[in-house]
Amino acid sequence: MTKATFVRKEMLPPQEAPASQRGAIKWARENLFSSPLNAILTILGLLTVVLLVKGALPWLLNGVWEAGSLMECREIIAARHGEGATGACWAMVRERWHQYLFGFYPQPLFWRPTLAFALMFVALAPVLYLGNRTVNTIMAGVVTVLTVLALIGISVAFPQAIAGADAGVAALLAVVIVLGALTAVAWLAPRKLMILTLLYPAIGFYLLWGGSIWGPIGALAGFAILALVYSLTKGQLGVVVGTGAGVVAAMVWWLAVQSHITGALHSLLPFSITHVDSDEFGGFLLAFVIGVTAIAASLPMGILLALGRRSDMPLIKALSVGFIEFIRGVPLITMLFTASLLLQYFLPPRTNFDLILRVIILVTFFSAAYIAEVVRGGLAALPRGQYEAADALGLDYWQAQRLIIMPQALKISIPGIVSSFIGLFKDTTLVALVGLHDPLQGVTKVVRAAIEWKGIYWEPYIFVGLIFFACCFSMSRYSMYLERKLKRDHR
Amino acid sequence: MAHVASVPKEPFRLSMLVYDTRYRSYTIQIVVLVLFLAFLAWLLNNTIVNLAAKDKDINFSFLFQRAGYDIDQQLIPYTNDSTHGRALFVGLLNTLLVAFIGCILATVIGVMAGVLRLSHNWVVSRLMTVYVETFRNIPLLLWIILAFVVFSETAPAPRDFRVTEEMAAAGEAPAASKILFDSVAFTNRGTSIPRPYLDHPLGSFSILDVPINLSVVAALALIALCVWINGRLIANAKSVQEATGERPVTWWKSLIILFAPIIALLYALGFHLEYPELKGFNFQGGINVAHSFTALLIAISLYTGAFIAEAVRAGILAISKGQSEAAYALGLRPGRTMRLVILPQALRVIVPPLISQYLNLTKNTTLGMAISYLDLKGTLGGITLNQTGRELECMLLMMLIYLVLSLIISSGMNVFNTAMKLKER
Amino acid sequence: MNKSVFLGTLAASALLAGIASAGTLDDVKARGELICGVNTGLTGFGAPDANGNYQGFDVAVCKAVAAAVVGDASKVKYVPTTGETRFTALASGEVDMLARNSTWTFSRDNDLKLDFVAVNYYDGQGFMVHKDLGVSSAKELDGATICIQTGTTTELNLADFFKANNISYTPVTVADDSEAQRQYLAGACDSFTTDASGLAAVRATMPDAENHVILPEIISKEPLGPAVRHGDNNWGDVVRWSFYALVAAEEKGITQANIEEVAASTQDPEVKRLLGLEGDLGAMMGLDKEWAKRAIAASGNYGEIFAATIGESTSIGLARGLNALYTQGGLQYAPPFR
Repeated sequence: MTKATFVRKEMLPPQEAPASQRGAIKWARENLFSSPLNAILTILGLLTVVLLVKGALPWLLNGVWEAGSLMECREIIAARHGEGATGACWAMVRERWHQYLFGFYPQPLFWRPTLAFALMFVALAPVLYLGNRTVNTIMAGVVTVLTVLALIGISVAFPQAIAGADAGVAALLAVVIVLGALTAVAWLAPRKLMILTLLYPAIGFYLLWGGSIWGPIGALAGFAILALVYSLTKGQLGVVVGTGAGVVAAMVWWLAVQSHITGALHSLLPFSITHVDSDEFGGFLLAFVIGVTAIAASLPMGILLALGRRSDMPLIKALSVGFIEFIRGVPLITMLFTASLLLQYFLPPRTNFDLILRVIILVTFFSAAYIAEVVRGGLAALPRGQYEAADALGLDYWQAQRLIIMPQALKISIPGIVSSFIGLFKDTTLVALVGLHDPLQGVTKVVRAAIEWKGIYWEPYIFVGLIFFACCFSMSRYSMYLERKLKRDHR
Repeated sequence: MAHVASVPKEPFRLSMLVYDTRYRSYTIQIVVLVLFLAFLAWLLNNTIVNLAAKDKDINFSFLFQRAGYDIDQQLIPYTNDSTHGRALFVGLLNTLLVAFIGCILATVIGVMAGVLRLSHNWVVSRLMTVYVETFRNIPLLLWIILAFVVFSETAPAPRDFRVTEEMAAAGEAPAASKILFDSVAFTNRGTSIPRPYLDHPLGSFSILDVPINLSVVAALALIALCVWINGRLIANAKSVQEATGERPVTWWKSLIILFAPIIALLYALGFHLEYPELKGFNFQGGINVAHSFTALLIAISLYTGAFIAEAVRAGILAISKGQSEAAYALGLRPGRTMRLVILPQALRVIVPPLISQYLNLTKNTTLGMAISYLDLKGTLGGITLNQTGRELECMLLMMLIYLVLSLIISSGMNVFNTAMKLKER
Repeated sequence: MNKSVFLGTLAASALLAGIASAGTLDDVKARGELICGVNTGLTGFGAPDANGNYQGFDVAVCKAVAAAVVGDASKVKYVPTTGETRFTALASGEVDMLARNSTWTFSRDNDLKLDFVAVNYYDGQGFMVHKDLGVSSAKELDGATICIQTGTTTELNLADFFKANNISYTPVTVADDSEAQRQYLAGACDSFTTDASGLAAVRATMPDAENHVILPEIISKEPLGPAVRHGDNNWGDVVRWSFYALVAAEEKGITQANIEEVAASTQDPEVKRLLGLEGDLGAMMGLDKEWAKRAIAASGNYGEIFAATIGESTSIGLARGLNALYTQGGLQYAPPFR
């Protein structure tokens, strides 16, 4: 008898999964049609997308880039795609893009806001926790390249910019050298980049407004005086009184002394670049000036308010809470109207200054209240042990804040601060309501007032909306990246 | 026995006000108080001097003068003969209306989008991501304008609803027709919805020119009563369940208690709907909801909804995965897991940002001025200010009203927040 | 004189000089620049072009005043103002004058403490409707939906008109001109009402202008004119007579092109006084002799400005109508220069 046992010698090759369990079908089944509800949702979603695309696509594709007026656009579209066809008239963007970006800033000087914008990134690099010096250097390099490209583009679009008084090849070269040097600094001595960060407010101000160089230097000297008086008196009088003395000394310098000294210096060494009035600012330049200045200026104020809100002194606490809750309780529009309508009642008679400056001040107050809440969140997130450890080391209140608490609390708060900035940046569109040329409504209104573009509707909104989206989206991604990174740091 | 030396009592010296930490805080506070009062006095003095220089005064009597302008959406009776003060109230009610409905709508949208963004359905979660990111990163002003434009551009004109004699003869249908059983007309100038009417109303009286409709009061009272009785019924069922382990069937009792009395009341009062009819240029009859309201409502709800969706998503992600796994282990379906296990816990994380979003929404209603929605900013801070030139009074009054509104909302929500908090014993 | 602001030098170059009490004329001369409140953008009347230069009918008044006072028509700083901020900007001294299609009314003149110095455009509120609506008079608009711009006198006029005729309407308020145009074209309102000049400008740029008609009724008087602060009479005179110099120039046939020629050859004593060849009219209000000559040379006489910015040869195509000279059946009339 033979044993008829069958023993398989080799393994069967694994069979392919059934058709419904592999590839695109499996993915679709799992991700799109896993249940009846999901299937309905999928179909509804796809339908929405199809409808949107179907409605907007022909209009976008029929777009005309070269025309002198809306009428001409309509004729071209009618000629190309037959009567009744609709299409976008991008020719408006082509003709007016510079007003959307720079407002009425003098065209030969477009390089100045561009450079100020580029420098802002380099100046921010050390405080944004982007990473090590490699990342910073790469960023500085990329900014340099982009700036040069942008400047070349501007010179091509506005040939008079080359022939302009203080622009031209020399300016381009200067920009390349400055940014290149900064890139080198970022690589060789990353810490030194902080100096740029500290000086940036004066540099940015000077680039944007121009005028005599002694103005910003005088203003910086005020801060130097503040620091000097503070360090001289701190030992004797303590932090608060020392700071107070410093502020008083600086105020005396700014209000009474400075204009005489800078005036004298200017007549000795008249070094100045073309002055630009702030009423020539507009478009995204205005949005950035208001947004960045307000956030930067509101940081110290917000920190003080946050500390005030946590203070043991009832009066300080009450004042801080009152200020924060008042500001957060009223809409930004009312603050803007206060700037344009009411400030004239509250300031001494015959004081009169620029609407943009008034708006910036009021927006600064506004964002200070929000920053204060963000910083308060950061302070609250610190473990109690940090405070106790600082006390145990014998640090006084301000030393503890400066050396222990604030560095940690501010780091945690950065994502919140970035979100505040995004919100504020979007809210700068509201300044149109007090007659400033913001990109969304102000410049658009100007464009539509020209008889060639009267009646144009969607194109400006799409253009501005896309730029806003690009700016805010990248900032919010950065903020999310930072949030993840900081979370990791905490483990 | 240890002898504790008593601390030598230091005589108080003036310099201690600065150097001694015990007294320094008083010094600082007094200095701040003095500075603050001086600042206030400075502002006040400036205001008085400026008003005198401009030959103006602070005077709220304009609130009692004839306004002279019309408002297209009015919750209380208003004509152009009414006073500016009444225009203020009409505007305030419009603000409250859009803020109230907006908060509800934004919450619904936000919770749905936040939950769906975590859905396993690829298309849906991507779509929700796109929705949240586009709305969060583009200014609200643009959304409001776009919503308004989309409504007025895409909806049919009232004349498209008209059936002319030739069309009737040829049996053709008009270019557009009313939706929802021929009751709601959606035109490019507004949405006309049926107006409820009563044949035998209970009459009304008015307080401060605001008519109070007794029928509405009666209906509200009846509903409140029914809800209360229903609550008692359910509480009773619960106690029975706890005592015996068996829950009596209550759903049909609930239905009867909740709906029968109100239906009876409506029937007694002769309730019927008045449908909008095309007469002359427009739909007459019914309630006409202007597009400025609808557009503002939709834009602001979608915009705020995107922020709420983020808060909801963050809240859900903050709940540990073990919770949902435990729920699955108990045999709960994903939907019920979300509703019964995850969301109640996530709510504690969600509510604080939700409060600030409600506040933002309320404040953002002022942007309705871009599409001329006549809210408080549009009446008091817009046309009234413009016609009377009383900018100081109008703006101060407006700020005060918004401040009070915000404080009411935030304190109300804080009460809710405290109630929701994890009760640690 | 100059009072420092608390922000000091950080803002120094962004600050405007404070207004001295001596009077607006001296301030403008000292500053070397006229600050003129204009519209944020209104076709034909005042808006910046692609290069940021303000152009338009109202803007020409600013240029004439700047030319007369400072000597250079380009020395103007334009401050865009909205319907809400315009009078405050003037009252607070932020602008020296307002040339921004504002209607001269009793309460604005008295209650808001403004002085309207002249009327540079006689306007009136009209209605535009779709032709196929079959409406030929505004009184047939019973029950219609009407688009109006907020923050102007038009909404008060509209309410008054419908009340007076005992008919009803639904207002659709819109924020600005272009929004109104879009709403109207989309059919969201049966009729669009604003100043007749604005209606004409809107109609001129419509793709199907022939399908729209402007109804014959003009329901209000809208005298639009430059305004100054109440109480500074000298400055008011300067603005008023700078404008009338333009009208007088048209009456006398003096144009931007022939002004030098006329100045050299004229025998007309009034022209001689106007152009500063005889007497010294300028000194009476604190200006030099050639103020009017410069004002006229800035952008031409009244008729030339009208023709170049909003007249029939432009795409806005407004007829002179009420704004013709009194000799041609209009209302524009310059008091004698004597």
